[in-house]
Amino acid sequence: MNALVSFLLVVGLVLIAAAGTGAAGLQTLFGVVVPYVAILVFLLGFVRRIVIWARAPVPFRIPTTAGQQKALDFLPYQPLENPPGAGTTFLRMVLEVLCFRSLFRNTRAEMREGPRLVYASRKWLWLGGLVFHWAFLLIVLRHLRFFTEPVPGFAEALERVDGFFEVLLPELYVTDLAILVALTYLVLRRFLSPPVRYISQAADYFPLFLIVGVVLSGAYLRYLSRTDIVAVKALGMGLLSFHPDPAALRGVGAQFYVHLFLVCTLIAYFPFSKLMHLGGVFLSPTRNLANTNRLTRHVNPWNPPLKGRTFEDWMEDFKEEIAQAGYKLERD
Amino acid sequence: MAETVPSPAELAAVDYEKTPPKNWMDTPVEFRPGTWCYAAPVKHAEFLGLPHPHKWSPNEEDWGLPENWREIILEGMKERLEKYRSFRLFMEICVRCGACADKCHFFLGSADPKNMPVLRAELLRSVYKRYFTKAGRMLGRLAGARDLTVEVLKEWFYYFYQCTECRRCSLFCPYGIDTAEVTMIARELLCLVGITTGWVVEPVSNCLRMGNHLGVRPNTFKDNIDFAVEDLEEITGIRVEAPIDKRGAEVLLVVPSADYFANPHYFTLLGYLALLHEMDIDYTFSPYATEGGNFGLFLDKYVAKKLNAKIYEDAKRLKVKWILGAECGHMWRVLHQYMDTMNGPADFLETPVSPVTGTRFDYAKGTKTIHICEFTADLLRHGKLNLDKSRNDDYVVTFHDSCNPARGMGLFEEPRYVLRHVLNHFVEMPENTIREQTFCCGGGAGLGSDENMEARLRGGLPRANAVKYVHEKYGVNTLSCICAIDKAVLPPLLEYWVPGVAVAGIHEFVGNALIMKGEKERTRNLRGEPLPGKEDAGDV
Repeated sequence: MNALVSFLLVVGLVLIAAAGTGAAGLQTLFGVVVPYVAILVFLLGFVRRIVIWARAPVPFRIPTTAGQQKALDFLPYQPLENPPGAGTTFLRMVLEVLCFRSLFRNTRAEMREGPRLVYASRKWLWLGGLVFHWAFLLIVLRHLRFFTEPVPGFAEALERVDGFFEVLLPELYVTDLAILVALTYLVLRRFLSPPVRYISQAADYFPLFLIVGVVLSGAYLRYLSRTDIVAVKALGMGLLSFHPDPAALRGVGAQFYVHLFLVCTLIAYFPFSKLMHLGGVFLSPTRNLANTNRLTRHVNPWNPPLKGRTFEDWMEDFKEEIAQAGYKLERD
Repeated sequence: MAETVPSPAELAAVDYEKTPPKNWMDTPVEFRPGTWCYAAPVKHAEFLGLPHPHKWSPNEEDWGLPENWREIILEGMKERLEKYRSFRLFMEICVRCGACADKCHFFLGSADPKNMPVLRAELLRSVYKRYFTKAGRMLGRLAGARDLTVEVLKEWFYYFYQCTECRRCSLFCPYGIDTAEVTMIARELLCLVGITTGWVVEPVSNCLRMGNHLGVRPNTFKDNIDFAVEDLEEITGIRVEAPIDKRGAEVLLVVPSADYFANPHYFTLLGYLALLHEMDIDYTFSPYATEGGNFGLFLDKYVAKKLNAKIYEDAKRLKVKWILGAECGHMWRVLHQYMDTMNGPADFLETPVSPVTGTRFDYAKGTKTIHICEFTADLLRHGKLNLDKSRNDDYVVTFHDSCNPARGMGLFEEPRYVLRHVLNHFVEMPENTIREQTFCCGGGAGLGSDENMEARLRGGLPRANAVKYVHEKYGVNTLSCICAIDKAVLPPLLEYWVPGVAVAGIHEFVGNALIMKGEKERTRNLRGEPLPGKEDAGDV
């Protein structure tokens, strides 16, 4: 049900863009207004979300310690798993954000005869996730060539490396292949693993299908249709310089607008969805704090004052017992 | 053990791939006996000044909630969303990748999908979405949102009291989402409408009133410590001093109350007493802060702060220099991650220095508190202890990392260092079940009661199963640990899943191996059992 609704929603988006720019001739709406609105929504929404998070206090220092603490000097400690300072915490975050360190630990539990519980290392989710995210990032960077003149050196170099295999014409990008394989895995996993299917919501299927739509429509533009690259670039440069090019708007076909519209939807949807894990991971207090709890005090801005029962109340309540025990209980 | 508990074969028949026919939102919770804890007695809730104390029972239809319970909960959620970045973040960034699913010991023991950490959090997240996000308000169920109903509240009670705040899931989460945080907040929300359990509230009330969870009165506390001194004398021939309320002592020793009240904790206490005497440490117990543990952590942060405050307060009164914390799991979560923030700064204390080795424990110069395993490891490193390891030769030992010192501190090597020095037969359990990946005993966070025995046995299955493996493969007969709840909860767990394995604290082995100056010929260990080769000694 959740998957079906999400699927139909993405199909609907495709049809809207195709009809809007084909029969209805609303190129300006889809090529200018929608992208600007989408980017505006993204920027405002993203910043707003980060501000809300950043303003919420972190009352306690609660890193999840995943390795030996730095304490006694004769016991070797694990700085990246249990960082004792700012530098090592930064490195822990780098590993987390760039390499998905925590997901790399993933195991799969199985109950065998006996009963015997066994745990096997299971890296597929880590691999699928990592390939997907890196491929996505590289594809975005590769798109810089539509928005810049001259194209930055790194973007050109990226393109050369990406098309290294020189198969197909135009040559196949490795990232395109990689993201398709990774997405296929992520979609299949949601459908075929019973526990994952059980927890999946529309908010999981929709962005997944939307990204599949973005990738497929992009691949179609590159490998199957004869898209006017020059017009696409003119459109991109025009948008960026706030002088949209009317000729370029008419120079690209409905297929292009389908791709663009899906991308705009993704961008505008981003700040209101789980996709915000992109920003959230940097703020996660179980990861971005050093285990310096016994070394320096962490201040809770709303630390409530102590009220109620006191030492004197206790002495009063247990007078007899205290006398029997022979405690003096002096107090200055 | 309760008669309602099924056989091990029945309990272990779990299928992680099988899910209920209906969506989880349409699958109501069922309160079967053996899976939930009794409600808190009204008098204890009243003593603590908890909101809406009332008589109710989880298995009854009407929970006697206050009329405006929904507003109270939503107001409480709003307040906590503003107070905790963790809470807000964890409500918003989960992608439901499912990496946490089979990491939870309660899921592994029950295969109940709502015990998957992702779904446990979703129980609360669905309500967050419904009342605090536009999408949830407009799209409802399509956005994963649902109304806060009595059924939802009952579900919260069931599943947030089936989480031991062990943080194992947070280790595997790519964003570090920590269900312990979610559970703590969910329990605070439940507490706002008078829904709490006896096994948490009663110890908390005892602790606030008398000084410790178990309700040991000041005179009985002294009797129990004196009794331990006598027991130790009988075994070693040496009468140690165990000062209470000694003003100006150098060190304040803080122990969980079970150490002077229950077995096998008591043997660990004997171990500390022997060690501190032999090293001639100038220490004292506090007559007021007779509890290191803190069940307040399982109820409400403010209550936790209140209970914890006694430790620094009495350290100040007693004019000690620093604090030595004994073997206890959640006590160390509080001492390490909360105490200084809640009740510091401890500027009236000094950075701990071992009077024996001169080691300055600079890493603790904020809290002025070190773990007894750190203290003992340092003694061993400097060769200060005269040991006879062979006295522990009857024990084939493995070590259970307690959740809190593991994932809330990183105390992995210290206890192992001590164990390797004081006994000859030590083996590790499989690597996916120890250190940072350790499994909870199934009874942490206030779940160690008897009426929920089935839930405990299920939750403890992964731990017990790893013990079973080393028991069968290497003949392990003793599971060592550094947590008072472990010591209480693991014996029945092991008796059920892997009979023939005992539970012991680290310092019990230290006490056994320690050769004390002027001791009589030792024929018995701290449990009063004959030492290896001394089975025929006369006085046994």
